[in-house]
Amino acid sequence: MELQVVLFTLFAIGAIVSALFTVTRKNPVASAMSLVAHFFMLTGLYLTLHAQFVAAVQVLVYAGAIMVLVVFVIMLLNVGREVQQSTGNSLRTTAATVTGAVMIVMLASVVISNPTGMNELKPFTKQIGDHLYEGGTTRYIGRYLFTDYIFPFEAVSLLLLAALIGAVVLAKRHVKEVES
Amino acid sequence: MMPTSIPLDYYLILSAVLFVIGVVGVITRRNAIIIFMSIELMLNAVNLSMVAFSSFLGNEAGQMFVFFIMAVAAAEAAVGLAIVLALFRQKKSVYVDEINIMKW
Repeated sequence: MELQVVLFTLFAIGAIVSALFTVTRKNPVASAMSLVAHFFMLTGLYLTLHAQFVAAVQVLVYAGAIMVLVVFVIMLLNVGREVQQSTGNSLRTTAATVTGAVMIVMLASVVISNPTGMNELKPFTKQIGDHLYEGGTTRYIGRYLFTDYIFPFEAVSLLLLAALIGAVVLAKRHVKEVES
Repeated sequence: MMPTSIPLDYYLILSAVLFVIGVVGVITRRNAIIIFMSIELMLNAVNLSMVAFSSFLGNEAGQMFVFFIMAVAAAEAAVGLAIVLALFRQKKSVYVDEINIMKW
């Protein structure tokens, strides 16, 4: 049995279960911890696709930076368990049920058309013309990041600066509030 | 019979399932922070399909996009959580159905 098959099965089940835990837990901290587990499962899936750089960035940025920020805010606000409101709940439940039903119908139509085996993933090194794809190693990704994708890269750095300033301005306590 | 390698379709189906779990989370939850986490779930589902396509087509563009999506998600996390903090200071609540000052 191929290693990729075993790993994909494990990580796919783990990803779906942890995603379900994330959206169903009443306690926001439990939700956040499930989301961290979900990010690690996705890291495993990226590795089965030979995208090593993306996998490393996933752990660093998502499981590291973003989730620390989220857990910080949860602790700071001290929000307890979510109490479901009795009124106005039916519309939300109906919408969620409809979304789930549409997904099941769409997936069933895909599976019934029996696509398995048509789109085999190719080996991770391959030649297309004079373009050699080496999988998502840092060397390969970095070479493109600083040549073909240099403009979006610089634009993203500006965006991060803008977000930084925006977050400080939004979260800053106003001076009058502190005095009173 | 077990397949010997995983087809692209399995990754795409998994991505769709994760995306819909995120959508259902956004629709059903009241806590703004959990809604925010559900949005992260949806972003990650799209990232997974992009990496799968990148690996399938032998093209680095998909992984580039994932990198930029992660950068935008980090920016979104900072601003989004700052908004949640500012809202909590105003309304003493993070439940989105109690925040209706812009509702018609």
